[in-house]
Amino acid sequence: MKLTGAKILMQSLKEEGVDTIFGYPGGAVIDIYHELVQTDIRHILVRHEQGAVHAADGYARASGRVGVCLVTSGPGATNTVSGIASAYFDSIPIVVLTGQVPTQLIGNDAFQEVDIVGITRPCTKHNYLVTRVEDLARVVREAFHIAKSGRPGPVLIDLPKDLMSKKCEYRPPKDVNLKSYQPTYRPNTKQLHKVVKLIKEAKRPMIVAGGGVVLSKGSEELRKFAEKIQSPVSTTLMGLGAFPTQTPLWLGMIGMHGTYRANMSTAACDLMIAIGVRFSDRVTGKTDAFAHQAKIVHIDIDPTSIRKNIPVTIPVVGDCRQTLQMLNELLEKEDFSGVQKPRTAWINQIEEWKSTKRLAYTQSDTIKPQFVIEKLYELTAGKALVTTEVGQNQMWTAQYYHFDQPNSFITSGGLGCMGFGLPAAIGAQVARPDKLVVDIAGDGSIQMNIQEMATAVQYGLPVKIIILNNQYLGMVRQWQELFYNRCYACTGMEHAPDFVKLAEAYGAVGLRATKPEEVEETLKQGLALPRTVIMEFVVEREEKVYPMVPAGAPITDMLLV
Amino acid sequence: MDDEHRENHILSLMVENQPGVLSRIAGLFSGRGFNIESLCVAETTEPNISRVTLVTTGDMNIVEQIKKQLNKLINVLKVFDFTGVSHVERELVLLKIRAKPEYRAEILRLVDIFRSRVVDVGTDYYMVEVTGDQGKIKAFLDLLEPMGIKEIARTGLIALPREKQ
Repeated sequence: MKLTGAKILMQSLKEEGVDTIFGYPGGAVIDIYHELVQTDIRHILVRHEQGAVHAADGYARASGRVGVCLVTSGPGATNTVSGIASAYFDSIPIVVLTGQVPTQLIGNDAFQEVDIVGITRPCTKHNYLVTRVEDLARVVREAFHIAKSGRPGPVLIDLPKDLMSKKCEYRPPKDVNLKSYQPTYRPNTKQLHKVVKLIKEAKRPMIVAGGGVVLSKGSEELRKFAEKIQSPVSTTLMGLGAFPTQTPLWLGMIGMHGTYRANMSTAACDLMIAIGVRFSDRVTGKTDAFAHQAKIVHIDIDPTSIRKNIPVTIPVVGDCRQTLQMLNELLEKEDFSGVQKPRTAWINQIEEWKSTKRLAYTQSDTIKPQFVIEKLYELTAGKALVTTEVGQNQMWTAQYYHFDQPNSFITSGGLGCMGFGLPAAIGAQVARPDKLVVDIAGDGSIQMNIQEMATAVQYGLPVKIIILNNQYLGMVRQWQELFYNRCYACTGMEHAPDFVKLAEAYGAVGLRATKPEEVEETLKQGLALPRTVIMEFVVEREEKVYPMVPAGAPITDMLLV
Repeated sequence: MDDEHRENHILSLMVENQPGVLSRIAGLFSGRGFNIESLCVAETTEPNISRVTLVTTGDMNIVEQIKKQLNKLINVLKVFDFTGVSHVERELVLLKIRAKPEYRAEILRLVDIFRSRVVDVGTDYYMVEVTGDQGKIKAFLDLLEPMGIKEIARTGLIALPREKQ
């Protein structure tokens, strides 16, 4: 039977198991929307296309499935770019459907035309401009396959308007056949044997786990691996949640705002096993000084990650979970009784760092932001699904909310995209209606996509928004204070809306705490409400995130409290 | 970068013959700060596959990264590096050379020696075509330069590996 392009698109999305689309209609996608409302796919109408992509991103991270968003051509498409870049950096599987002007108008500077395939080429895993309706079903199938396989990432499909009403025979493609795209999941066993040998020789081993462990659902294998070889574990920002925090092997986060013990360990270890990390500059600091005594094993599904920033002793290309599984099997056959003893000094050293230089702050008369997050951790028993905006709020969350479950921390890591948290929380709440979803925000970041409050309220999503209001763009102010002679150029944000009234204006609930003794009550009250809630905490204006490593310095050169 | 370790690498890519593929490749180089010295693209015997021959410079790490990044592109089927591989390379050059009466014989002699051809003759200029590897082309151009090259068009390098012995 012949179907229109719009019907084929819907049919193909259904076959991919899509149940939710985040989107915003417009002229170029009117035919698609016309079909969409006749299916049982849920559509979440956002208020800005950037919100749609971040929501799809949050949905993907919270559900482990592909997030989908649909926007119109031109401005609709360009508004998605930040969200796409953020998903690209963090390897999040999303499919972005953009409308395009009719094929005969492409290239004529038609109304709301933009070459979105050209614009997003460097920030998508792959993208398509569909030029024949006959290709549509295949392209959708390929796009989902590419988005979720190998190192996941965003894929964009540009859909010219005329193709949506054109008809052709619908033949669902059976298999995806991409000759040139065959990700390596299974690592080379020879390499793994070499890794085992290094593990046995090491006196001061250290594991650094990243987002790849979370994405490959390998955290259980990671825990077994670390326990088996008795190696301390640190994670990157993206890896938080991949390793339990309540064990003696936990080092805390590594990098610019990492813990003292984690960063010091990098300089002292003689073997670093890096799993699913890409050695971002926020993790390594000065690369020459990074883990300079260590042999480095780097496990990653993406060969380009290996040796891009850091020289590696043993490269292992493979899926993190599968690699850890195979390593664990190999280690079963090994006798580890001899390796424990020489490592005692190492474990003791780490314990000493841990007890002398721990994460700390002093609660005074004004609310400390760290205190709010610690209280939140206590009250939610660490069970909330937490999204963050970007900046100090993000780092304090990473440091003081202890993530024990993978996919419970959703943040824009690589791109550091302000305005991410609220729409991501919306996406996460849609994916996991059973979960308590909390967005931790700063007063600056929240204002970048505050309009999505309307989305949350419209769909009855009980997202909790915690605003740590210091009336500054706090992270930049911190840099200005430390490295720019306290010249606070344009980082003061004294003029902000009254967030309590703003919440009410959107039909949500607004609460505010200005004194430390109000913190717990406000949190309790806000968390208990089955509605969208803003909880504003007026916090210490000049509080800083510590430890901190100045950009470009070795990560052992930490500024401590 | 350490200049001593920079060297030319000829990369040969088999890619899907689709719109936008070249832009993905060129964009990868510009976006990541890699350098393209020359770039040739044309269909192979299979119309849906093109061969891209690309000359780039860099130390080993950079070239390894370039090859990996190219391999990662969905439309790139295969990446060959001819470094250390016995291969034949060619470039075609068209050039217009000032044909002053006193140089004409010399030009024709050089054309003969280099097995090139005069493909057009005017009152003031000869147009010459020459093919060869980079060394031959350079030698030819160095010899003609003093006589006055007016215009030049080069195809960039193409290459194929020799049969394995």
